[in-house]
Amino acid sequence: MPEPLLHLVPKAEAQQSMKDFKSDQEVRWCPGCGDYAVLAAVQGFMPELGLAKENIVFVSGIGCSSRFPYYMNTYGMHSIHGRAPAIATGLATSRRDLSVWVVTGDGDALSIGGNHLIHALRRNVNLKILLFNNRIYGLTKGQYSPTSEVGKITKSTPMGSLDAPFNPVSLALGAEASFVARTVDSDRKHLTEVLRQAADHNGTALVEIYQNCNIFNDGAFEVLKDKDQAKEAVIRLEHGSPIRFGAEDEKGVVRDPATGDLQVVTVTPENESRILVHDAHATTPTTAFALSRLADPDTLHQTPIGVFRSVDRPVYDTLMADQLETAVERYGKGDLGQLLTGNDTWTVVG
Amino acid sequence: MTSQVSSEAGEALLGEQRSAPAKPHHGTEKEVRRLDRVIIRFAGDSGDGMQLTGDRFTSETASFGNDLSTLPNFPAEIRAPAGTLPGVSSFQLHFADHDILTPGDAPNVLVAMNPAALKANIGDVPRGGEIIVNTDEFAKRAMAKVGYETSPLEDGSLDGYRVHPVPLTTLTVEALKDFGLSRKEAERSKNMFALGLLSWMYHRPTEGTENFLRQKFAKKPQIAEANVAAFRAGWNFGETTEDFAVSYEVAPATRAFPAGTYRNISGNLALSYGLIAAGRQADLPLYLGSYPITPASDILHELSKHKNFGVRTFQAEDEIAGIGAALGAAFGGSLAVTTTSGPGVALKSETIGLAVSLELPLLIVDIQRGGPSTGLPTKTEQADLLQAMYGRNGEAPVPVVAPRTPADCFDAAVEAARIALTYRTPVFLLSDGYLANGSEPWRVPDVGDLPDLRTLFATGPNHTLDDGTEVFWPYKRDPETLARPWAVPGTPGLEHRIGGIEKQDGTGNISYDPANHEFMVRTRQAKIDGIDVPDIEVDDPDGADTLVLGWGSTYGPITAAVRRLRVAGKPIAQTHLRHLNPFPKNLGEVLKRYEKVVIPEMNLGQLATLVRAKYLVDARSHTQVNGMPFKAEQLAAALKEAIDA
Repeated sequence: MPEPLLHLVPKAEAQQSMKDFKSDQEVRWCPGCGDYAVLAAVQGFMPELGLAKENIVFVSGIGCSSRFPYYMNTYGMHSIHGRAPAIATGLATSRRDLSVWVVTGDGDALSIGGNHLIHALRRNVNLKILLFNNRIYGLTKGQYSPTSEVGKITKSTPMGSLDAPFNPVSLALGAEASFVARTVDSDRKHLTEVLRQAADHNGTALVEIYQNCNIFNDGAFEVLKDKDQAKEAVIRLEHGSPIRFGAEDEKGVVRDPATGDLQVVTVTPENESRILVHDAHATTPTTAFALSRLADPDTLHQTPIGVFRSVDRPVYDTLMADQLETAVERYGKGDLGQLLTGNDTWTVVG
Repeated sequence: MTSQVSSEAGEALLGEQRSAPAKPHHGTEKEVRRLDRVIIRFAGDSGDGMQLTGDRFTSETASFGNDLSTLPNFPAEIRAPAGTLPGVSSFQLHFADHDILTPGDAPNVLVAMNPAALKANIGDVPRGGEIIVNTDEFAKRAMAKVGYETSPLEDGSLDGYRVHPVPLTTLTVEALKDFGLSRKEAERSKNMFALGLLSWMYHRPTEGTENFLRQKFAKKPQIAEANVAAFRAGWNFGETTEDFAVSYEVAPATRAFPAGTYRNISGNLALSYGLIAAGRQADLPLYLGSYPITPASDILHELSKHKNFGVRTFQAEDEIAGIGAALGAAFGGSLAVTTTSGPGVALKSETIGLAVSLELPLLIVDIQRGGPSTGLPTKTEQADLLQAMYGRNGEAPVPVVAPRTPADCFDAAVEAARIALTYRTPVFLLSDGYLANGSEPWRVPDVGDLPDLRTLFATGPNHTLDDGTEVFWPYKRDPETLARPWAVPGTPGLEHRIGGIEKQDGTGNISYDPANHEFMVRTRQAKIDGIDVPDIEVDDPDGADTLVLGWGSTYGPITAAVRRLRVAGKPIAQTHLRHLNPFPKNLGEVLKRYEKVVIPEMNLGQLATLVRAKYLVDARSHTQVNGMPFKAEQLAAALKEAIDA
């Protein structure tokens, strides 16, 4: 096991409480916004990490969720649209003693900032990215987003949107992400558990948080939240457990031996042994990807939540720091005078 | 030294115009003539190794102690179709026994490795110039490819030039016949044969080149020795063949240089060293976020080599991420830099605006090239000045610093860092393709003489509330500089949030208050306007009526033109701007002292526009946008016209 990178971040001297992480700024999201629940969950989880709060930084882009840093009593930067992963990369790669979190939304991360997101993931920079996905543009008042379902009627698409949405989990897995999870704003317990695992992960952790925009896309995830419907709609992934769901746990996920694809079946004594056991640490992302494709993009039925993938892979910041150390070992600490002089000089005598 | 305006009377003032006296040499069979300066241009196919040949000749010349100035000129295509005009790559070198300012207007000697190289360059060689041609390449097809119906070597079109026909390829292959190389492999050393020949002609030291070749091909000793053999064969050919009856001496420029240790340096190398030095002098880790782009990539390459100085280089996914990462590192307490060219600046604009709003130190290095859009990637231009000044949304002032010569890129980088760190602001460093790739001798500075750039991070509360509580206000300013405190993450008790939304004065909290916005916009402007920059000095020995004002890389050509005019009895005053924003405090007063002001620029008059707007001076603009630096003689003619107008 590689050393947990969290050990590089100084610990808090005293016991912390949720209050320590609340800033003095009035929270200005719309009443009823799902962002409140996420903020409370994050503020509630931070004391558990026990890190010196001056060594925690939240960096965001632009959008409703990107106001998040203002409400955290840590260091923070509310930057520009889509660029938070790039800015956070510079911070994390130059300051390994910091715990760096990115807060972004579906428009910020997947539309204008798509490039930075995929490159942060492939590099495996030590960042924790919280992607608030409400499948709509909130701050610009209700245009469709890159995760909106096809045919979405919005102000900018009165006859329905034309473009197929991204599946953020599939996208992240395709971008070589070493940690990918999905959770839901209203399920504080699940959200906190996912945050815990993300914080412990060495490298980039992408956490997609299904978040309700009660103004422009209310109820987008209702099927996953309503107690009765959720039993049929939500598949809870737990590493090492068979992937089963349903009111009576009667459904399960199996692999089709012919195609390798995944299917939902009704569990029977005959097929029970074929029910897939979730392995978040699988070497290849193949099964995680197949799991990410189970959900119906329109109805959200069969939506897996939890950690899809969590694997150890070299972390960019560590590699960068190692190269600096190696260079000093190999050539000695840089001598400015020697560098400026070089090897090819001549002298002029006055 | 091109970084000096000569104030010596008489001979030195003649500078670039001095004619070459001849002198018989005793004791050798061949005549040796003494010259005060020479301009050589090596020209060949992009694959012929002309840049390497030029670099080596430059190193030999530098170590001999001449003053020198170089102009590499190459196509954007890596390997354009062989033997075509667009594929021609050249390297011009001007060296002298006195201080010189430019790579020279017209070559005295042209080395043409093929018909395309001859055709592309002959127009620049004055009648009487020497031309060394590789006759092996003048086959009918190769000539037809560039539109020579008859051989220029035989049809009299080169009458009036001193032509040396040399079968360079054959001689190289012959010299290497015992090396067991294929003909093709052997042919590749023909540039070293040419270098050997020119090294003999100008009495250049050879040891450096031989060491260089052995190092470069350390893993292929056979190739190393073949190149050394070709180099020596070229030298011996010069010494023995009757076609080369004369060789030339250009004495070291001892009088041009103050005492010290010197090396040759290109603009991009000097700029890279300036950044490393600034990091060291500020006692901050240097962080570069960059995306490859011509002609700035060499800075990324160079800084990547110096990890043992604690330099972090991050090759980002795009220009925006390059500056984004740099800004993130600046927030974390690094001396942060992004390097690019014009198209990259366009992409970075929004982040530069954020840096203006965050008031964090950040260097934006723009190695300007021909524009608009992709433009002329490998050619020079100064057309990003207004982009640097104004290319952002909102009122977003950014200081602008411009180096004047290749070696000056070092000092300009240190100066840009000083401004960024002192005033907590992004700063533009505007170099260009000509400075980036050109080179000149540089007096290596004593590290102990470099300025102290150390800055203080905030460590504790800086404000007391009415109720007596001690708090930290991230936008409470230093009353002198108007800089805000730099409180880096990891500092207990100073946790704060910053962003691109307008901030309340002092607290830095979000504020949409109209009066506060007005105050903040004006304060950010006042901070930049109040930056302490040195007054400009005017060089005006004769009390002239006309002032020539320049900025950036036009320094060399303008100064050379000014010398010509003064020698011809035309008084002209000269001054040159390093600081484009803010302008030196005395600029307005200086401009008003002169009846006429001329501003030569490699754009359509961007500085002239600024100067006219700010000082209401009827400045006359002289412009050129052909991707090349000004030629001293043409510039002198234009300035003369202005004086006489």
